[in-house]
Amino acid sequence: MIVNGKSILLDGNMTLKEYLEASGYMLSRVAVEHNGVIISKSDYAQVTLKNNDCLEIVQFVGGG
Amino acid sequence: MKIKLNGEEIETECPTLRCLRKHFFPEGEIITIVNGWQTSEDRSLKEGDVVTLIERGKMPDEKSLEAMMAARHTPGVLERLKTARVGVAGIGGLGSQIALALARTGVGCLHLVDFDIVEPSNLNRQAYQICHLGKAKTMALKEEIKAVNPFIEVKTDNVYVDANNAATVFAKDEVVCEAFDNPEAKATLINSLLTHCSDTVVIAASGMAGYASGNSIQTRRINHRFYLCGDGETEACEGQGLMAPRVMICAGHQANTVIRVLLGEK
Repeated sequence: MIVNGKSILLDGNMTLKEYLEASGYMLSRVAVEHNGVIISKSDYAQVTLKNNDCLEIVQFVGGG
Repeated sequence: MKIKLNGEEIETECPTLRCLRKHFFPEGEIITIVNGWQTSEDRSLKEGDVVTLIERGKMPDEKSLEAMMAARHTPGVLERLKTARVGVAGIGGLGSQIALALARTGVGCLHLVDFDIVEPSNLNRQAYQICHLGKAKTMALKEEIKAVNPFIEVKTDNVYVDANNAATVFAKDEVVCEAFDNPEAKATLINSLLTHCSDTVVIAASGMAGYASGNSIQTRRINHRFYLCGDGETEACEGQGLMAPRVMICAGHQANTVIRVLLGEK
């Protein structure tokens, strides 16, 4: 799987929500594109990740 | 030949800039701008040239003023920007500078959205003045924009944006700049607009605190509807403040990306 341009090996079957939590992301601060589609936050637990998937995860930091 | 002089199409027999200057302004010190380039040299005129002649220190009539204000633009830019409507979500450090830059560039309609009032702690980076303290930011910025460019439309919404109203508030804006301070509010707005407004392009910001090198602030195209400006890392937090220079660099990235998107750059 490609995450933010880097290749990683997916560890078994995982949903997007599980992957984000396991990787230390704060769910309230992220926007996620999965294979070119922005995923609605309420669908994170429904998306099952597969090898060859492409994820772009943006985690916002404060300031403006 | 046909040229444009101070915003009006005219037919002229003048072969050169100098001749044109002499014909319209026989006296006085004249600033000459041709196709976005200010020059004191003479050159021959050609069909379709856009020429602005400004009498130094004189207040022009209102009709010429608009053309003169855009005289240093790249030709063709103003015509497209005039028809655009851009939303600015949050008009603090980023948003107030973005809105002013877009106003100067001539974006036809700016939609300013913020719930807050101007406080003394805003003045180190936000485009407000002492006289605005205590005023709603939407009203204060509208005043400032009108003082810079009275020819554009400014719409304001004094509301707190959340997941319930984001798509409705920004429904009419073709491009929206995310310029909030709070990271959860940033993510909520981006997720709402990208999932509910299918045509809106969103230009967000993340990471512009402190005084690390300005060169680390970049614009990334996540996809054709989502651009992200900033260094992605430097967070406003205890011990790391937000100051005008870096915030303005990031705001400049966002405003420039708006212009690029509106002009069809990929």
